[in-house]
Amino acid sequence: MKNRRIAYFFFAIWVIALASTPWLANNYIVKIATFLAMYAAIALSWNFIGGFAGYPSFATGAFIGLGAYSGALLQNTGWFAPLAWGAAMVIVVVFAALVGKVILKMKGHYFAIGSIALVEVLSHGASSWSRLTGGGEGLNVAIMAGGPDFIGKVFLFTMIVIMLMAFIATVIVDKSRLGFGLRCIQQNEDAADMLGVNVMRYKLLAFILSGVFCGGIGAAYASWVAYISPGDSFSILVTLKAAVMVLLGGAGTVFGPLIGSAVFVIFEELIWSKFLDYHQGILGLVVVLLIFFLPNGLLKIKWSR
Amino acid sequence: MIYTQVLANGLMLGAIYACIAVGFSLVWGVLSVINLMHGAFIVLGGYLAFFSWLHLGLNPFLMIIPVALVLFALGYGIQRYAINEVVSKPVLITLTVTFGLEMILYNAMNLAFSATPRRIVLDLGVVDFGGAMLPLDRIAAMILALALTGLLYLILRTSKVGRAIVAVRMDRDAATLMGIEYKKIYATTFGLGAFMAGACGAIVAVVFPISTSLSGLLLGKAFVICVIGGLGTVPGALVGGLALGIIESFAGHWLGSQNAILIGFLLMLVLLVVRPTGIIGKKGYE
Repeated sequence: MKNRRIAYFFFAIWVIALASTPWLANNYIVKIATFLAMYAAIALSWNFIGGFAGYPSFATGAFIGLGAYSGALLQNTGWFAPLAWGAAMVIVVVFAALVGKVILKMKGHYFAIGSIALVEVLSHGASSWSRLTGGGEGLNVAIMAGGPDFIGKVFLFTMIVIMLMAFIATVIVDKSRLGFGLRCIQQNEDAADMLGVNVMRYKLLAFILSGVFCGGIGAAYASWVAYISPGDSFSILVTLKAAVMVLLGGAGTVFGPLIGSAVFVIFEELIWSKFLDYHQGILGLVVVLLIFFLPNGLLKIKWSR
Repeated sequence: MIYTQVLANGLMLGAIYACIAVGFSLVWGVLSVINLMHGAFIVLGGYLAFFSWLHLGLNPFLMIIPVALVLFALGYGIQRYAINEVVSKPVLITLTVTFGLEMILYNAMNLAFSATPRRIVLDLGVVDFGGAMLPLDRIAAMILALALTGLLYLILRTSKVGRAIVAVRMDRDAATLMGIEYKKIYATTFGLGAFMAGACGAIVAVVFPISTSLSGLLLGKAFVICVIGGLGTVPGALVGGLALGIIESFAGHWLGSQNAILIGFLLMLVLLVVRPTGIIGKKGYE
């Protein structure tokens, strides 16, 4: 428990450090801080279904895209931006609840494929339904007033707030019956079912939790970049990055997703700027090496021998 | 008749689809690995055929087997020295490994070949078949795709290696007790999957422009076909491929081609929920 307290302390310092970047550093660093908070929230979200419950979900890409389009469309009809982001979260929760009931009946490979199909269906749907979504040409979102410095702060704090919400949810789930039940499902779903865990309800809750914050992230991201398109919004790559971040830090842990996402984002940022042509290949190499040499994540390395 | 034409287009597309999916289905069925590199393998096969046509003037149809053998070696090596290490881990791990490898291959191909779409132009002429205009290069592609699918079926049914693959799929431990080295069989299976992808790539290059961005699209098709037809069998991939080809052709005709892909994925989602074993639903690789 003492370790846990130290970890909370470091997390608090980390949050303060991220939040103070607008006063200490230039806009580039603020942008990276925003990405750090954003990916931390996405990784924490994925951890509910992929880490605690052990379900290889790709639906994260669908949640982010749906959030982005819901938020953007609402904002374009004149909604106040934060209200549109909140509404996007609600829409994603409803979507996750409806779809989750159906696709959580599948397991293993079929679930993975089913959730990939979900992303594809939404992505192609957004391209086809061009009267509403602007189709493949994408959708412009009104740029927020107030100048780049102000906007930078708004989105940094929005992402930090969403990250904190996801983190608090993680801490609560970790200590509650839900977290215990999900870990049982991860280890042996049939046994958990037999021993009285309401498997479907628990999985559905984890699935919804993995969606709700992503909905907010997607909507806020759409307002931030002021332009979205189906290919970028409904991205399988983002989901896979989330999974890799969680695996990097330690799946099913509270702090693993935070550490994994921070290491990943900083590492990616360093590669991006130096090796533009090899960026994707190096990322792939990192992913492969991670699986082979660090299968349990950074948190589970035994430091002392 | 316009519908004869649409049906003929669907069948020609479907035969190629079957060939795209059959190797992917084999790997999934036997190794329980979702190989996200499959699309990139096909594209690599297409590039190899394209460059031997462009620079050496070789007919792409003659290059099918050599290209496929190169891909076999690549696939065998990847499975033997990389994926075998994690093959019994959960889905997410194997999926992530193939994804990482795909990123490397994709990046390497983009650097080596650039992202410009390239197509082999054979121009063999057109035949009129009961009112449907059929380009001869497409007919040849269809026949070869079906022949290759048949070849894989024969290998699995009659050859010693094929029987060993089926045995490992049915019960790995029992097969090991019978003296089969499952790690080698896994590598051979993955190699065969890549072999089919490479062969298919040479065929695809005659019909569609090849570019690295095609790999994701082809992979998506393989998913859909496997789910429609049923996983892990050659007839399943054949039925799924032909079905998807015909469905896409008619959906494209009636609803516009941008909706055709959507229909395929929707059908897949519905089938996953309603009938996850596919149209030809049975377990086991004959």
